[in-house]
Amino acid sequence: MQIRNRGLIAKAGDQASVWSPSPREQERRQKRIEQARNRRLVAIVSSLVVLGSIAILIITSPGWQLVQETFFDRVYGQEVLPKVILGFVTNISLTLIAGFFIAVFSLTLALVRSSRSPALTPFRFLATAYVDIFRGVPLLLVILLIGFGIPALQIKGLTNSVVVLGGIAVIVTYSAYVAEVIRSGILSVHPSQRAAARSLGLNQFQTMRHVILPQALRRVTPPLLNDLVSLLKDTGLISILGVTDAVRAAQIEASRSFNYTPYVTATILFLLITIPLTRFTDRSLRISMEHQNAQGVA
Amino acid sequence: MTNVLELVNVRKSFGNETVLQDISFAIPVHTATALIGASGSGKSTLLRCINLLERIDDGEIRLDGEEITDPSINTDDVRRNLGMVFQAFNLFPHKTVLQNITLSPIKVHKVSKDEAISQAFALLERFGLKDKAHEYPDRLSGGQQQRVAIIRSLAVKPRLLLLDEVTSALDPVLVNEVLTTVRDLKLDGMTMLIATHEMAFAKKVADEVIFLDRGVVKEFGSPEQVLGNAQSKELQDFLTSLKSAGRL
Repeated sequence: MQIRNRGLIAKAGDQASVWSPSPREQERRQKRIEQARNRRLVAIVSSLVVLGSIAILIITSPGWQLVQETFFDRVYGQEVLPKVILGFVTNISLTLIAGFFIAVFSLTLALVRSSRSPALTPFRFLATAYVDIFRGVPLLLVILLIGFGIPALQIKGLTNSVVVLGGIAVIVTYSAYVAEVIRSGILSVHPSQRAAARSLGLNQFQTMRHVILPQALRRVTPPLLNDLVSLLKDTGLISILGVTDAVRAAQIEASRSFNYTPYVTATILFLLITIPLTRFTDRSLRISMEHQNAQGVA
Repeated sequence: MTNVLELVNVRKSFGNETVLQDISFAIPVHTATALIGASGSGKSTLLRCINLLERIDDGEIRLDGEEITDPSINTDDVRRNLGMVFQAFNLFPHKTVLQNITLSPIKVHKVSKDEAISQAFALLERFGLKDKAHEYPDRLSGGQQQRVAIIRSLAVKPRLLLLDEVTSALDPVLVNEVLTTVRDLKLDGMTMLIATHEMAFAKKVADEVIFLDRGVVKEFGSPEQVLGNAQSKELQDFLTSLKSAGRL
C-alpha cells in the first residue's frame, strides 16, 4: 500500500516538471482576467458616483463658503498648530502614563476576580463591586467627581493638580473595563490546559503565571489595542477640568478668533495617531485569529 | 512485590449519579494495568480521581502506601509523583516542545535549567523527536504531539503514569507510534494505569486488565483471563461489540 502510494507521488512529480496549462485552462484564465477587469470598473464607477455626489452636496450647500472660512482656514490652522501640538503632548503622555497604571491595576483586578484562594474572598468581592460600579458610570462623571470632589475634601498633602486628578479618573474607569477584557481572556483558555498544568504539579499561581495568563493575554491583545485607541481619545475629556490638552488648546484659540479651524487641527492630530493604531489592531486581530484556527486540538 | 497504587472501596458521584462504586484494586511496581470498558463506564473519572483532579466521595487511594485522599495532604506534592497523559494531548500551545517538557522540572522540581534541558533532549532523542525540540505543538502531527505529552509527563520522573485513552484522538496510522512508545516505557519498568480501547494493545502490554462497567469493577485478572475467558454478560457483550466494530 505504502509503496504503491509512493509510486503515485513520484509519477505526479514527473508530470509536474513538463506540465503546461491545457487549452481549456488557458481559456478559463483569460475569462478570469476579463471578470477581474469588469469588477474593477464597477468599483471605480460606483466610488466616483457616491463620493462625487457627497462632494457636490457639500460644495453646493448654501453655507459652504462660510464653513470653508471658519473650519478650513489653512493659514490660521498652521498658525495655531504649535499650541495644539503642545496640548496634544499632554494627551499622549497622559495616555502612556495612565496606560501603564491601567495595565498593572487591571491585571491585579482580573487575577483577584479569577482566583479561587479563600484568603482572597473579601478582595474578590471588592473587585467585583469595583468593576460593576466603574463600568456603569460615564467617564465624564467620574472625571468631574474626582476632579472637583477630591480638592473639596481639602486633605493636606493631596494633590490639586487637575492633570493628575483627571489622569486618576481615567485610570480608575479604564481599569474596570480592561480588567474585564483580561478576565474574559483567562476564562477563554480551555480547562484542559489547567488540568494538564496541575497534573504536572504546578500550583495555582504557577499554572496562572506560566500556562493560563500567557495564552489569555495573547488572545485579548487586539481588544486591548482597541482600548488603547479609546484611551487616547478619552484623555481629551479631562479638558473639562481645565487641563490644556489638544482639545482645550483648540477651544481657547477658537474662542479667541471665532474661527473653528483649531478644532480641525486637533482632529487631524488625533487621527494621525489613531488611524495607524487601528490598522495595526485589525492586523493583529487577523493574525491572532489565523493562529487560533491553525491550533486545532487544544 | 510492593504496590505503587492501592484503591480501597473508592466511590465517586456527580450529583445523584454514582459514577464509581466500590472500586478496589492494586498496581504492583513495574507493572501495567489496562482499564477497559465502554465510554461512560467511569475510566476517565477514575484516573482524574487518582490524580486528585476530582475528589472522591468515599474509600481510600494510597500512593506508595500513603493515603493521598487525606484532606491535609498537599495535592501539589502528590501530583509531583504522578504523570498524566490526556486523550487530547493538552500540550501548551504557546510553548515549544522543549519548553513544554522542561516547565515542570524547572518550576516544580527545581531542577537547574541546563539539567532539565539536557534531560529533555535525552528523552526526545530516545523517542525520535529530537529535531522537533524547538517546534510549537501545532506544527506536529497528532502522534508526535501525544508522544511529546508522554515525554512531558515522564520528565518529572513519576512513580506512576496515568494514560487516559491516549490514542483515541489519533487516526489509525498514528496510533501505532504512540503505542510503541508506551510499550517501550513498560520495558523500562514504568508502573502504569492505562485506560484504553485498544484490546490488542492491552493484551500485549498489560499485566492485569480491569473491566469497568457502569462504575463497577466487573472483572479483573490477567489479559488472557479477562479478554479470553469473559465471565460476565456485560464483558461478553462489550467484547462482541468491539469485535463487530473491528477493534478486537
